[in-house]
Amino acid sequence: MKLVRLTAIARKEVLQIWRDPRSLMLALLMPAMQMLLFGYGVNLDVDHLPTCTFDREGSQGSQALMKRFQASHYFEITRVVGSYAALKAAVDDGTCKLAIVVPPDFSAMLVAAGSSSVQAIVDATDQNTATLALGYAQAVVGTFANDVAVEWAELHGRAQPTQSVSVDSRVWFNEQLESRNFIIPGVVALIMALVGAQLTSLTIAREWERGTMELLVSTPVKPMELMIGKLVPYFAIGLLDAAFCLVFAIAWFDVPFRGSYVTLFLTTSLFLVVILGIGYLISVAIRSQVGASQIALLLTMLPTTLLSGFAFPIDQMPAVIRAITYLVYGRYYVTILKSVFLKGSGLTDLLLPVAALSVYAAAIAFLAARAFRKTLD
Amino acid sequence: MSAPPADAQILAERLVKRFGSFTAVDDVSFSVRRGEIMGFLGPNGAGKSTVIRIFCGLLGPTSGRAVVAGIDVAREPDRVRQHLGYMSQKFSLYADLTVAENLQFFGGIYRVPPGELPARIRSAIEMAGLAGRADMLVSTLAGGWKQRLALGCAILHRPPILFLDEPTSGVDPQSRRHFWDLIQGLAADGVSVLVSTHYMEEAEYCNRIALIDRGRLVAIGAPAELRHSKVRGELIVVECDRLGPALEALAEAPGVRDVAVFGSALHVLVDSGRAALRDLPQFAAGHGLEVRRIERIEPTLEDVFVHLVAGHRPAAQPLQ
Repeated sequence: MKLVRLTAIARKEVLQIWRDPRSLMLALLMPAMQMLLFGYGVNLDVDHLPTCTFDREGSQGSQALMKRFQASHYFEITRVVGSYAALKAAVDDGTCKLAIVVPPDFSAMLVAAGSSSVQAIVDATDQNTATLALGYAQAVVGTFANDVAVEWAELHGRAQPTQSVSVDSRVWFNEQLESRNFIIPGVVALIMALVGAQLTSLTIAREWERGTMELLVSTPVKPMELMIGKLVPYFAIGLLDAAFCLVFAIAWFDVPFRGSYVTLFLTTSLFLVVILGIGYLISVAIRSQVGASQIALLLTMLPTTLLSGFAFPIDQMPAVIRAITYLVYGRYYVTILKSVFLKGSGLTDLLLPVAALSVYAAAIAFLAARAFRKTLD
Repeated sequence: MSAPPADAQILAERLVKRFGSFTAVDDVSFSVRRGEIMGFLGPNGAGKSTVIRIFCGLLGPTSGRAVVAGIDVAREPDRVRQHLGYMSQKFSLYADLTVAENLQFFGGIYRVPPGELPARIRSAIEMAGLAGRADMLVSTLAGGWKQRLALGCAILHRPPILFLDEPTSGVDPQSRRHFWDLIQGLAADGVSVLVSTHYMEEAEYCNRIALIDRGRLVAIGAPAELRHSKVRGELIVVECDRLGPALEALAEAPGVRDVAVFGSALHVLVDSGRAALRDLPQFAAGHGLEVRRIERIEPTLEDVFVHLVAGHRPAAQPLQ
C-alpha cells in the first residue's frame, strides 16, 4: 500500500464531494434537518394535553376538581362544554384528546356515600398518549379524593380513614422523564447511518456509471488503496457530523451529556467503520448510483430506525423481533449513545455492546477489503 | 507464426477471449517492437477493444498469453500497469475535476516523483494545447482537447508502452491530425503504441497494421505491403449509371475476381487491368449499362480489407 496513491484517491474524492451539490447537502444539511425533525417532531411525552370538561354539577366541589386539572401541566382545559353532544364533537374533530365529565350528583354522593366517580373519555387513536393521559387523570383525581377524605376526617374530628401507602420515587438518568433526552442520542446513530452509507454507496457506483472505472482499473492502484482512500474523507465527514450532533444535542436541546468525549469518539469511529464498510460493499456490488443508494437506505437507515431501540423500546418487541435486533449493529451503538449521554458510562461499562460492534466492524472490514476486484470480467 | 523479435514490447500469443458462447478474440498472435506504431483496423465489434483490454489487465484471456514489457499480464497485472498508458474508447477522465486536478490525480496514482510532477503536468498541458486552461473543469472542454488531455494523463508516468482504443473517434479532422502528430512524436522517442481505429485513412500513420474481423487477425503488415501483396490481380474503378445491376453484372464478367461498392463507384478486381479496360465497357453495354468512367487505381487498405473478408461477410459493414 502506497500513501501517495491513497492521498491521490482521497484528494480526488474530496473534490468530487465538494462539487456535487447532492453529496454536500447530504453531508452538511441532513444532520441539522434530522436533528430538528426528531428533536421537535418525535415527542412521546404527554404535556398540555388539550382537555375538554363537562361539569354537570357546577358545585364548589366539582370546580375544585376542575382546578386540579387546570393546575396540572399534563392537561390544558381548552374547552368547557354544556352537553354531551358538544363534548362528542370536541373529541371527534380532535380538538380535545381527553374529556372529563363530572356527574350532577358528584358532591352529594361524596357526602352521602363517601365516594363518587367522574367519567374520563379519551381519544385512543394514539394508544401511547391515551394510556399516559388516563394514568395522569387518575393521579389527579386520586390526590383530589385523598385530600377530600383528609378534609372530611378533620371536619368530623375523626382519625384519617386509611393509612395510605405511597411510592417515594426517584428517577435516575433522565430526571425530567423527557422523551427528548431518550430520543436525541439515538438520532446521532440515525444520522451516521443515513449520511455515511448514502455517501459511500455512491462512491464506487459513480466510477462505474461515469466510465472512469475503466481507466482506474488500468492503473497500478491497489483495491486496498482505493477503498481506504475513498473512505477516509467519508470517515472525516462522519466524525464531523457526529461532533455537530453532539453540540446540537447539548446546546440546543439541553440533552445531558455525562460521559466522556473519548468514549464517544472511539465508539462512533467503530460504528462509522461498520456503516462506511456496508456502504462501500453495496457500492461495489451494485454498479448504479440510484440502485446502490436505495439498497443502502434499506440496509442501514431502516433497521437503525426500527430495530435499534432508538425510539421503540426493544424490551417491548415480540421475542422473534427482539432476537433479530441482535443482528442490527445500530442497536449496539444506540445503547452506547444513550448510556454515554445519560448515564455517563465508560468503555468498561459498555464492554458488551462495544465488543459486538467491534466484531461487526472487523467482519465488514474483512469483507470490504476483498470485495473489489480490478477487472471488467 | 515466425518467432517474435527479441525487443517485442507487446506480444500476443494465440490470444483467445470468449464471453459465454461468443468468441470475441479468436487465436490472435502478433508483436510490437520498441518505437513501433501498430494500428488495429476493423469494424466495430471486431474485437479490437477486447484485445487492448486484455493487455491492460482489464479482462483475463480465456487462453493464450498477453505479454507487455516482458511481463505476463495475467500473472502480474499491477506490475504491467506501471509500464503502460491506456486511453479507453469512452472518455474516462473525471469531468467534475479540472484539467490540472486530473493530471495531479494520475500523477499520484502512478507515483510520479513529487519533484518532477509539476514540470510534467506543465508539459502535458502544453502538449494538449491547454495552456491557460489548467483550471477549467474537464466537462467544459471540447472533444479534441479532452482527447489530448486523456493522452496527457496516459503518458504522465512516461510509460514505454501505450494502448489507445479509438482515440480519435468523434473528434474533428484537424484535431485528429494534431493527435497523430503527438503519437508519432512519442513513437520517435521509443514508445511502442498499439492503437485501434476504424478510420482507414489513419492506418497510413502506422508503421504496421493488423486487420481484424470478427475476432480473427486477417492480415498484418506495413500499409504499403498489405496494399500490394494482399490484393492479387489489378484493381480498376468503374462508374456506371445504375450501381446495383452493374454490381451483379460485372461479378459475372470474364476475368473478374471480385466486385465491391465504394461510394458511388465499383472497385473491380481483375486478372488483367489492360484486358478489363478494353472489354468491360462492352460487356456492360451488353447488359444495358453505360460505363461513365473506368480506370486503373492503386488499391487502398479498404480494398484490401474488403477483399480479405469477402466471401464470409455477405453484407460488409461500411468502413469510413
